[in-house]
Amino acid sequence: MRMPPILAYALRRLLQAVPTILIVMVGTFLLMQLAPGDMVDALVGDMGGADAAFIARMRQEYGLDQPVWVQLMRYMGKLATFDFGWSYVYEQPVSTLLLDRLPVTLALMAASLTLAFVGGVALGAWAGRHAYSAADNLISTLGLVFYAMPNFFLALLMILLFSIHLGWLPVGGLRDIAAFHTGWRLWLDMAIHMIMPVAALSLIYLAFYMRLMRSSVIEVSELDFVRTARAKGAPEGRIMRHHIMRNAMLPVVTLLGLQFATVLGGSVVIETMFALPGIAQLAYNSVIRRDLNTLMGIVFLSSLLVIAVNFITDLIYARLDSRIELR
Amino acid sequence: MSLDPDLATALVEPSELPPEEPGRLAVFWRRFRRNRAAVFGLVLFVLVVAAALLADVITPGDPLRRVAQPLTDPFTNPVAPLGTDQLGRDILAGLMHGARVSLMIGVVATLISVGIGIVIGAVAGYWGGWVDDVLMRFTDAFQTVPSFILLLALVAIMGASLESIIFGIGIVSWTSPARMVRAEFMSLRHREFVEAARSLGQRPVATIFREILPNALPPVIVFASVIMATSILLESALAFLALGDPNHASWGNMIGQGRSVLRSDWYVAVLPGIAILLTVLSFSLMGEGLNEALNPRQKK
Amino acid sequence: MSDGAPVLEFRDLTVALPPGSDRPLALDGLTLQVRAGEIVCLVGESGSGKSLAALAAMRLLAPGVQVAGGTIRLDGRDLAPLSEAEMRGLRGDDMAMIFQEPMTALNPQKRVGWQIDEVLRLHTDLDRRARRARIREILEEVRIPDPAGAAQAYPHQLSGGQRQRVMIAMALVLRPRLIIADEPTTALDVTTQKQVLALIRDIQRGEGAGILFITHDFGVVAEIADRVAVLRRGELVEQGPAAEVLNRPQHPYTRALIAAVPALIPPPPAAIPPDAPVVLKAEGLDKTFSARGTLFGPRRKPVQAVRDLSFELRRGETLGVVGESGSGKTTVARIVTRLIQPDSGRVLIGGEDFAHAKPAEVRALRRHIQMVFQDPMASLNPRKRVIDLIAQGPMIHGMKKAEAHARARSLLELVELSPAAGERYPHEFSGGQRQRIGIARALALEPRVIVADEPVSALDVSVQAQVLRLLADLRARLQLSLLFVTHDLRVAAQLCDRVMVMSKGEVVETGPTAEVFSDPQHPYTQSLIASIPGRDWTPPRVALETEGAP
Repeated sequence: MRMPPILAYALRRLLQAVPTILIVMVGTFLLMQLAPGDMVDALVGDMGGADAAFIARMRQEYGLDQPVWVQLMRYMGKLATFDFGWSYVYEQPVSTLLLDRLPVTLALMAASLTLAFVGGVALGAWAGRHAYSAADNLISTLGLVFYAMPNFFLALLMILLFSIHLGWLPVGGLRDIAAFHTGWRLWLDMAIHMIMPVAALSLIYLAFYMRLMRSSVIEVSELDFVRTARAKGAPEGRIMRHHIMRNAMLPVVTLLGLQFATVLGGSVVIETMFALPGIAQLAYNSVIRRDLNTLMGIVFLSSLLVIAVNFITDLIYARLDSRIELR
Repeated sequence: MSLDPDLATALVEPSELPPEEPGRLAVFWRRFRRNRAAVFGLVLFVLVVAAALLADVITPGDPLRRVAQPLTDPFTNPVAPLGTDQLGRDILAGLMHGARVSLMIGVVATLISVGIGIVIGAVAGYWGGWVDDVLMRFTDAFQTVPSFILLLALVAIMGASLESIIFGIGIVSWTSPARMVRAEFMSLRHREFVEAARSLGQRPVATIFREILPNALPPVIVFASVIMATSILLESALAFLALGDPNHASWGNMIGQGRSVLRSDWYVAVLPGIAILLTVLSFSLMGEGLNEALNPRQKK
Repeated sequence: MSDGAPVLEFRDLTVALPPGSDRPLALDGLTLQVRAGEIVCLVGESGSGKSLAALAAMRLLAPGVQVAGGTIRLDGRDLAPLSEAEMRGLRGDDMAMIFQEPMTALNPQKRVGWQIDEVLRLHTDLDRRARRARIREILEEVRIPDPAGAAQAYPHQLSGGQRQRVMIAMALVLRPRLIIADEPTTALDVTTQKQVLALIRDIQRGEGAGILFITHDFGVVAEIADRVAVLRRGELVEQGPAAEVLNRPQHPYTRALIAAVPALIPPPPAAIPPDAPVVLKAEGLDKTFSARGTLFGPRRKPVQAVRDLSFELRRGETLGVVGESGSGKTTVARIVTRLIQPDSGRVLIGGEDFAHAKPAEVRALRRHIQMVFQDPMASLNPRKRVIDLIAQGPMIHGMKKAEAHARARSLLELVELSPAAGERYPHEFSGGQRQRIGIARALALEPRVIVADEPVSALDVSVQAQVLRLLADLRARLQLSLLFVTHDLRVAAQLCDRVMVMSKGEVVETGPTAEVFSDPQHPYTQSLIASIPGRDWTPPRVALETEGAP
């Protein structure tokens, strides 16, 4: 019996992710161990103090008196079943908390990355084809400036312009709470609320992909097979579409997976600034309120997300590059 | 036979030497100078360094103290030429002392991350095999955790002192240099000049330090400018979220403070924002110039 | 055959290089005709401008390089006034080009059939079925095994020879009037080269197209040319019928070039006393490269690079290891210098097993066996001065710096470089000079054996002759033994006392060079020797005029 090659490839990639996930689990555990005080200290602190016997009993109950490696095994077992413990700040299981917050973050990420990738590739391809022209110089310079811009500063400038000066867009939140929209009006309202966060998050990466695509296009344009295409009598537009684009996109796709982690990190600031109830904002709140269980849950979950996105980009790459043998 | 010495030497290949070339530094500077953007970056960088050095001369004293009426507009009061924030602190002093903090964070964090990266990348790339497998799995795992979120966790655990922030930034950004050094080592270790050194009987450690590392460094140096920029951005984002070290002036923190008065006094937030933008821009521009000057095979 | 009308005509073609290049004009007043049904070889060393002539005809010169004067006519029509769109109409249809490296000249992401089809779609109104039939037909014509399968393949799935056949199919599919082939067989093994040359010959006879064939290899010229034109640094020095130029060259440059082509008749072997000591001995070497899969990675087929290989090398003797790419000859060189370790077998240097010695012993033994590498640029650390590069070996083995530098300077003189060269960096030298530095470095440890892995294949023919002469000279003077790895049978014939012919990791034949070349026993050796381009042509021994040297 034979598997379709792409499936076998996918399976192999998934297996490769296993050691990575295990290492992340151990790392998360070690971070918890590094933190001053443990879970029981947090709990006791929350209750406003307790006697020593009670604390010792609690430690025993949670297995904190066991050797470190037993605790590690137990901890990894819990992470594997998505049991991230209890949030003493939000008074609910961390996993429930994360699940509630995940959709907003995923929507923000998906919209931002799509915009950054599509816009960056399109602009970069154009700039690369017209390399060293006046328009290319303008685009490239703007790209440099945006890439050097801290995302919170960009967000601030946008708020200053679009909310404070022009009054076109709301300063924050996921929806207009006072308006009680329903149905498609609600969706529209949420979309309007997402415009600035998405723009602030994606413009920087759009600039990044643009610069990458531009140099990739320039590099591919100098390869021999492009000259072959010219020797066949192919016009420049056709050469761009059929010969340069796909080859030039390969390095950009590779970086898409790696960049996802950075964008996810960047969304902490954006979600916090625009008061979007996603997991990145939760990460900030849990630092402020010293909710370590939640923070570590986010660390682990975001690492899983990054692994998943990398898995998907690997599959896309395998489809794009005919040189990769799927078998 | 046709290896006749007269015939062969009559052809080309002179035994005399080509004309002397200018020194390496001169060649490097000539190439760097060709890129006007890079020179602009260098000028910006010199300005930032000057600001950091002269901070105590031009704006002596604690930059976090009150010097004038809160929210003084820029260019209205010679005591605070660029105005004051809502606590009456001099914005110019904040900018200059902030340059010091930003540069220090950039330099030290970059040294830490590039140092870790070189060690791990060199070991993985030179020895290959299972050593490489193990180290790269480890690097992979590190890379999957978003660096800013990991930085938040580290700061939450270690506290928000300047030292722990610098250390944290170094820890979260070593993976890219490690990958880069590994790739360089993997390609260089099979190059003929490295094999030549091996066949002369050179020991592995000497081969790493004398043959491979000097040739692997130029791209790493270029990349260090990127890490320097991201380090500054990471710190400013922390400070913006009020998670930085409260005892030091920081551009990110100034922006965070200015946010609450954005509606009325936008300059409080915008001025330090421009300072970050220009500093990061100077690194990007210089990095590009360095890249062109160090890798001349890339055509203009 | 050569009295058709000119298909391509260069008249006073002058091509200018961008400012700051090593010379202002890449081509200076080139006048050359290619008639229908004729193969004209444009011969020159690297930097002669020969490829630029081809690109100028196609109007494919890189930006900055431009035609500064003269005319180019295709079928009598001046190409200069044509618009870019009109040129596109001609390219691929009336004039086609075959490039040197088929791997990079084909788009890695498109199927081979698609890439041929593109020519048809650009220049014809044929429907899909007609195009498919034509692709099938042309692939059969270039004798690709399984044409239907090849059309569906990506370039990386074909062998080098098949890829070049695809390039030829692509050039021929519209039966152009003019075909420009730029070193089309340089990247191929000799046996494949012979087939591809025969294919180009046959097709040209069938179609009556004019072919401008660019090459640096006089053997190939002898194999294929009707007429020859010789280019030196942008100037045409000589042209004429192939037989004339090859056998009675007039211009001193042509004479010198042809004189530098090694003849296939080996010189008498060096007199090696039968009791000369064996300095290097290999016994039963085996090496299999098992592509190391990652933990869950795909398993690739292990490649057996060397199988049960043994040989002896006596003092003062030169043993040639010859074979095509993938024959395992380079692996042999790397095993005996212990850059890699064999799976089994022994390498004996003066009776000690080099392959299984302890690290400290290995370092001590290394001084007896040194290597000269293929690529003189890549084998010199670009960040070290030449004197340090040469002195490095003695210093590793404990010599004082001053003494090592003194030895390095005398070695520079030995390889005919001025001692002042020591203060320079490798990039300041030409290819042949760099290779001489590489030889000096190998000699610095006063080894008994030098292993040379294709030491001249990256060099132009004239420089090649010089380096080979130097090696032969040093060998005699220093009583060196040479293990000489090469793909070039002409070079092997000139330098080696004995040759060992390798194919697929095994030695198929070994013996004195003269015997192997005149009476090969093994079928593989026979095909290899039959494939040497210009085998039937013996470079004439011409005297050089005294004033002739450039």
